[in-house]
Amino acid sequence: MNRFEPYVFLRGLASRWDVLAFIVVIGLIVFLGETSRGLFAPLGQLQQTPLSLNPVHLPEYAARTTFRMLAGLFLSLVFTLTYATWAAKSERAGKLLVPILDILQSVPILGFISITVVFFMSLAPGRVLGAEFAAIFAIFTSQAWNMAFSFYQSLRTIPIELTEAAESFRLSPWMRFWQLEVPFGLPALIWNMMMSMSGGWFFVVASESISVGHTTVALPGVGSYIALAIADKNLGAIGWAIATMLIVILLYDQLLFRPLVAWVDRFRVEQEPGVRVPQSWALTMMRRSRLIQAATVAFHSAVLWTSRAVKRVDAPIVDVAERPRRRSLDLLWVSLIVLALVVSLWHIVAVLIRQTSVGEALQVGGLAFLTMLRVFVLIALASVVWVPIGVWVGMRPRAAQFVQPIAQFMAAFPANLLFPIAVYGIVTWKLNPDIFLSPLMILGTQWYILFNVIAGASMIPAEMRYAAANFRVTGWLWWRKVGIPAVLPFYVTGAITASGGSWNAAIVAEIATWGDSQVQAKGLGAYIADATTAGDFHRIVLGIGTMSLFVVVINRIFWRPLYYYAERKYRMT
Amino acid sequence: MDMENLPLLQCSEVRKAFPKPDGAELLVLEGMNLELREGQIVGLLGRSGSGKSTLLRLIAGLAEPSAGSLNYMGKRIMGPAPGIAMVFQSFALFPWLTVFENVALGLEAQRMSRAEIRTRSLAAIDLIGLDGFESAYPRELSGGMRQRVGFARALVVHPNILLMDEPFSALDVLTAETLRTDFLDLWSEGRMPIKGVVLVTHNIEEAVLMCDRILVFGSNPGRILSELKVTLPQPRNRLDPSFRELVEKIYVEMTARPAGATPGRQERFPGLGIGSVLPQVSSNLLAGLMEAVAAAPFNGVADLPKIASDLQMEIDELFPVGETLQMLRFAVLEGGDITLMEDGLAFAHADLDERKRIFMRHLLTYVPLAAHVRRVLDERASHSARKSRFIDELEDFMSEEDADRTLRAVVRWGRYAEAFAYDDENAMFSLENPT
Repeated sequence: MNRFEPYVFLRGLASRWDVLAFIVVIGLIVFLGETSRGLFAPLGQLQQTPLSLNPVHLPEYAARTTFRMLAGLFLSLVFTLTYATWAAKSERAGKLLVPILDILQSVPILGFISITVVFFMSLAPGRVLGAEFAAIFAIFTSQAWNMAFSFYQSLRTIPIELTEAAESFRLSPWMRFWQLEVPFGLPALIWNMMMSMSGGWFFVVASESISVGHTTVALPGVGSYIALAIADKNLGAIGWAIATMLIVILLYDQLLFRPLVAWVDRFRVEQEPGVRVPQSWALTMMRRSRLIQAATVAFHSAVLWTSRAVKRVDAPIVDVAERPRRRSLDLLWVSLIVLALVVSLWHIVAVLIRQTSVGEALQVGGLAFLTMLRVFVLIALASVVWVPIGVWVGMRPRAAQFVQPIAQFMAAFPANLLFPIAVYGIVTWKLNPDIFLSPLMILGTQWYILFNVIAGASMIPAEMRYAAANFRVTGWLWWRKVGIPAVLPFYVTGAITASGGSWNAAIVAEIATWGDSQVQAKGLGAYIADATTAGDFHRIVLGIGTMSLFVVVINRIFWRPLYYYAERKYRMT
Repeated sequence: MDMENLPLLQCSEVRKAFPKPDGAELLVLEGMNLELREGQIVGLLGRSGSGKSTLLRLIAGLAEPSAGSLNYMGKRIMGPAPGIAMVFQSFALFPWLTVFENVALGLEAQRMSRAEIRTRSLAAIDLIGLDGFESAYPRELSGGMRQRVGFARALVVHPNILLMDEPFSALDVLTAETLRTDFLDLWSEGRMPIKGVVLVTHNIEEAVLMCDRILVFGSNPGRILSELKVTLPQPRNRLDPSFRELVEKIYVEMTARPAGATPGRQERFPGLGIGSVLPQVSSNLLAGLMEAVAAAPFNGVADLPKIASDLQMEIDELFPVGETLQMLRFAVLEGGDITLMEDGLAFAHADLDERKRIFMRHLLTYVPLAAHVRRVLDERASHSARKSRFIDELEDFMSEEDADRTLRAVVRWGRYAEAFAYDDENAMFSLENPT
């Protein structure tokens, strides 16, 4: 019961875990100080100290990139805790907020970076801060929607008895949020954070070096380093950058996500027996170190202290079903929505319809169709390759244990770092870009299919496999009746993620440069990228709008029904 | 009224209804009167759907009654009251908090000083026999130990009234018995800081074992059928003849036909059209119970407590099966007995094909919904119909959820009787067998 003795970490000498923890903490502080120093520098300084391809600078660049990543993650967390809570608690707000989130998930923000850069630069004119904000915002957009969705769903599925217990012991809403709702949502939230990491790295690399019209901003970071290497046709430098990124992701995984995943395991309400508890050496260090223990106790106390400070209001409990609807408020809310709708429509009409000829709209539609074709063909190809491999690996626990982390790691690696190598090949051997640029779209996203299928196959009950063997179900019959149905729900989950990611990747994959030569495939991604470089606002909006529309519609009429079908028919419970 | 005579809890004419989608309301509780005095354990006994848990939640201040009043120590209950604590069926522990933190949570909410929280929490942990487990997480504990944490968490706030919602039903028989005994010991020795207990249960023996008064609940809508005083001295013995007599008496109460049949009550009996909610009982259970009653030693007439213990079924499981047999006119439940009717006996002794024929006849005669489905299929040239067609019809009478469940029950029985076929993937009823 030493939790209630405040200075417990002064007792006795520091353990070796303390020493380790101390170094890590101080290192973090130095790192934060170092990387944030440049934020308030005037923009001109970026030009004075141009990026260098000397690998010596890579650690610093990597640190800057990582810092942006952390900042984006933090913002996403703040957004999640507020937006999702609001959507879940207010029935009225939820009706609007949830669909918005759903659409936002499908919008390829990558194409918007140029617009956001202009916006954020105008917030902090002449300072690096503006460009930094734009990059961080790009990361934010790649993670926040996912996380908010997961937290919203957690809030809606808290077991009724836990809520009742909290209520009957009269926890204040503030206390309930920190003691019940946040802990309950954490496991899913952390998992989603980890899953959307790949998007994050992808975006940070793409957003560091941005040219809008005539201005080019290159923030110091791995992404800019790569951009410079491409302009210089320096294959060696690209190799260095890739190696650096591998190390960064490994560290991020080991120092941040492994410990988090191991730690949130305790927050799971339902525990299936026999499931291996996730392990993390970093978490062990944090747990054993009294210093860090004291910090968590301090956090816990802060939660309790604020709980005491926030006044408890005893409101009479009324069942949701019986709550008298306040008509006037409803009316106000509806009219607000209608107003927002009208204003948005007017803007859309003003920008798009007036400036877009029918011919251009048709052309964009055709391009979108081409990109869609690419995405579907690629998903099909990747499925043919990875489903059999995934099932094979998944049914062999030892192989799965080895392959699963690799697949996850590959998914987190920003595939756009590998693009230059492919482009180099295409340029050198004069290959057809319409075909050979396409695989880049799925380079980073195919892994979702693989690791979902592995997870599915490893959950096939042993008895079911024995039964199949006992009745001598083998070969193609086995795949048709056992293997594929068993992994189908998992496969669909993976394919949805892969498809969404591929659409996004199209913006950077359909157009590529190597030095002064440029290769381009016909497609919506290339159209958006072109418009961005030209700073042509209305074409950007048109392109992105069309892409969002395609993604949303494909999700609604293809993936979602497929998912529900697979869930209903093939999910083993 | 002087303080000595003020009851701890007084509920009068409590009514609870939920609005249905079509604007009508679903009545779950009506005319509920209850009084809890100091030193009493009152049991609310009934099957699921009898509204006993709803009443407990009204007392806990987790919901509001549609009519009537609930008073705690003379004051109206508006939201969770400080002097009322609850123990949950599924324990409802916070998995991310240790035993100590779980117990302390209720005190933290009251903003007590650190020192006091610590003293009182440790005392409660001690009392309930959890010493040494303070820093364990709930997942590390067995079910019995988890429920002990549930008890400690409720007791630590020093409530006057302890509410227990089927606290032992998620535990295995042996563990439940130990926990019950421990609880009764602490209670009779007066070592718990509580003055009265309301226990919700569907276990008749548990009610007789623990309670001073038992309110027997009936369903549709939930209301009190009768009230029994238990005057047997503690500790009580299950084998004691007067104990058995009380158990038998409660079975009789629960199988009694209503005196002036209220319209709601009749929904469980045939003849009321397709609007009645059907229970989820598989044909295997129906056949199983008929076989058991038909066989020796019962030979067609079985004492419910006897057959319940023989088959190891709680009333929650036994009653729906028995009542379904009654609805299908295979058996009669009365006076604490289940008696097979002629066709019930015939069914028990028939072979599979004959059984199906008998079952089909009764299904299409006594379950109007099944007859309706069959008629629609017969009349149509295609001999097929969408599920949604029937769901829409049912939703005029019941909630979406009940409509779905009722239709599923009919599908189950119809399949067994081979009265019609159903394809779940296309949600289609038909007369054809799959090719």
